[in-house]
Amino acid sequence: MTASFARQTRRANAPPIYLDYQATTPLDRRVLDRMMPFFLEKFGNPGSVTHSYGREAEAAVETARAEVASLIGAEPREIAFTSGATESNNLAIKGAARFHRAQGKDHVVTAVSEHKCVLESARALESEGFRVTWLPVDAAGLVDAGALEAAIDERTALVSIMAANNEIGLLQPLAELGAICRAKGVLFHTDAAQAVGKVPIDVNAMNIDLLSISGHKVYGPKGIGALYVRRRPRARLSPLFDGGGQERGLRSGTLPTPLCVGLGAAAALAKDELSEESQRLMGLRRRLLDGIRERFPAVRLNGDSERRLPGNLNLSFPGAPALELMAACPSLALSTGSACTATEIEPSHVLKALGLSEALAGATLRLGLGRYTTEAEVDFAAETLAAAAQRLASGERVTAAAAGPT
Amino acid sequence: MTSHTAYLDWNATAPLRPEAAAAIGEALAQTGNPSSVHSHGRAARAIVERARAQVAAFQGAAPAEIVFTSGGSEANHLALRGAGARAVLVSAIEHDSVRQAVPKAGILEVSPDGVVDLDALDRRLAVTPGPALVSLMLANNETGVIQPVADAAAIAHRHGALLHCDAVQGAGKLALDGTSLGADLLTISAHKLGGPAGIGALVVAPHVLMAALQAGGGQERGRRAGTENLSGIAGFGAACAAAAGGGDAWPRVAALRGEAERRLLAIAPEAPVYGAAAARLPNTLCIGMPGVAAATQVMALDLAGVMVSAGAACSSGKVRRSHVLDAMGVAAADAECAIRISLGWSTTAAEIDLLVDAWGALYARTRASAA
Repeated sequence: MTASFARQTRRANAPPIYLDYQATTPLDRRVLDRMMPFFLEKFGNPGSVTHSYGREAEAAVETARAEVASLIGAEPREIAFTSGATESNNLAIKGAARFHRAQGKDHVVTAVSEHKCVLESARALESEGFRVTWLPVDAAGLVDAGALEAAIDERTALVSIMAANNEIGLLQPLAELGAICRAKGVLFHTDAAQAVGKVPIDVNAMNIDLLSISGHKVYGPKGIGALYVRRRPRARLSPLFDGGGQERGLRSGTLPTPLCVGLGAAAALAKDELSEESQRLMGLRRRLLDGIRERFPAVRLNGDSERRLPGNLNLSFPGAPALELMAACPSLALSTGSACTATEIEPSHVLKALGLSEALAGATLRLGLGRYTTEAEVDFAAETLAAAAQRLASGERVTAAAAGPT
Repeated sequence: MTSHTAYLDWNATAPLRPEAAAAIGEALAQTGNPSSVHSHGRAARAIVERARAQVAAFQGAAPAEIVFTSGGSEANHLALRGAGARAVLVSAIEHDSVRQAVPKAGILEVSPDGVVDLDALDRRLAVTPGPALVSLMLANNETGVIQPVADAAAIAHRHGALLHCDAVQGAGKLALDGTSLGADLLTISAHKLGGPAGIGALVVAPHVLMAALQAGGGQERGRRAGTENLSGIAGFGAACAAAAGGGDAWPRVAALRGEAERRLLAIAPEAPVYGAAAARLPNTLCIGMPGVAAATQVMALDLAGVMVSAGAACSSGKVRRSHVLDAMGVAAADAECAIRISLGWSTTAAEIDLLVDAWGALYARTRASAA
């Protein structure tokens, strides 16, 4: 550690401060407590309704289903559990497109800044002969409603636009986009993996037909997610795989009761705490940005300052290459963007879509704040990052070794 | 387990092994996306890779051959749909997730004992144009009948076909692994062998080219996208390690199953035991109470604290006619009276007593009212 950090009180062997809440979140202890009995004594298969162990598991799954539904203003039977948001997105996009092909609909609309699993699902459809319109985004990452409206034609089966971007936290105008889709009579899917539980979402007010949810992005466990599937008017899908016919035939496979319970518990907590927690995170976010800007005025905020996830910052540090900056801050757990592509050297497709130069995109970090982030952590992070960026930008070589052990 | 209940539905799901529970607890406490490069992410990645090695060792495979999935159903689908455009042949007694994966698949008949007909396989492959894929389960989930997978693999390979084995029910109950069977693709599920639900694996031999069905972030070497189910994978690995070392439980389980079978037949000598003439899993007993619907039996047993099933524990809850017994040529009226009793490593003699008493009481009641 250099002298400027000496007054910080972090222990030398403390784990890095976690600032990667968009990659994954810690499991909330209260969620864990609700899950554990279903790992241990209440182990029945929720499909085994012929006996009490099975019925006990089934009842727990149904409680969880209702909790998830309640968070987004849906009915319990509109929630299908999946293995995660990637599966939900694959099921929604491929499932809706394939189902509607029989009605002569062979066109899908999405945006260039979507999560990789949405882009890959749409590309898979292209290889099956579907047309895909890739909507551009503006410099803040916003999809233009007029462009969406113009892109929809009589053969459009589905529009898929994410609720909140995983890199820049940008919140798309779901209500506006949903109204256009409803008026045009096309299905509207939103990948809400980052948004659910962080910002208010109401599937009815926003005219959403299909919505993807992730457990581990809302302080629940990994390996569980959900897909909201509207019943009135009914959003029809072809399942990705068949088998035992669980989840009303939409998604076969034994339901993992403890994980379902965990997602339900996480949803219930998020609903209770959303308003207060988002205020707190917006305050921390402002404090972090101000703290960095004070010491490193060249820092640039990507995305929109208001229309963004409460716990997200995406910052470019001109002159400070991101990988070197991360290496210079071993006491902070940061990322350059999506965890899925963390090891890729290609610049982020999202930053590219915003029009960032390759140099600036390569000097960009994502900072994710969340439920356990404290003011002291934010202050330490601001000072650490700004100082390292300052040294890198001024041409000084900074390495992890020089910055001390992690 | 108290003496007032008997959990005898292990083929639906098994209780979590303590080793798996410990590993799950550790993994749930680990924040970090395994794809993240910071130390939280690397710690999560280490959990995934340690478990991958455990699952691989359990099946005699290399870690790179393991593709984690959300469970057996997904792994079966990945195997049948992801291995390229091929003619697919499946046995008539496969799990629904295999039977429905490729609707146009050819069906291989089974004998009255519930064993696949290998001569028919040979004949079918001889007239199948192009590369084929054969799917044959290691052991049937309803009857426990063990299939000649190694022989089927040899036949398949002679014809240039691949063999997929759904080993969900057999893995951990039989001292066999994917390598010794010669399977090119093999499905295992954690929750059937003492791991958690929501995680399974497809073991993919190095020579098989797989296309992902679930696209996205490129996890599992591009064969299955999505953030890894960290606690599930950790629990799966620990369960595999424990199952590999727990083979000595099965002779005791087999003896208990044999005792249950003898005592039920002593009560009702006319009761059919399905697959009795074939080699079966040590834990499974599929038996009929003539003239008494399976639904009636499972309800009566449930009231007595005995948990069994009327077949596969999938979605509906309603008792469907078994395609497995159908394929064995069992008359519909008899098949409707069959229940599945399945034991596990912690099953006790007292639980068998409870089963025999409850089943015997129902039998006596129905015979008295029929008289």
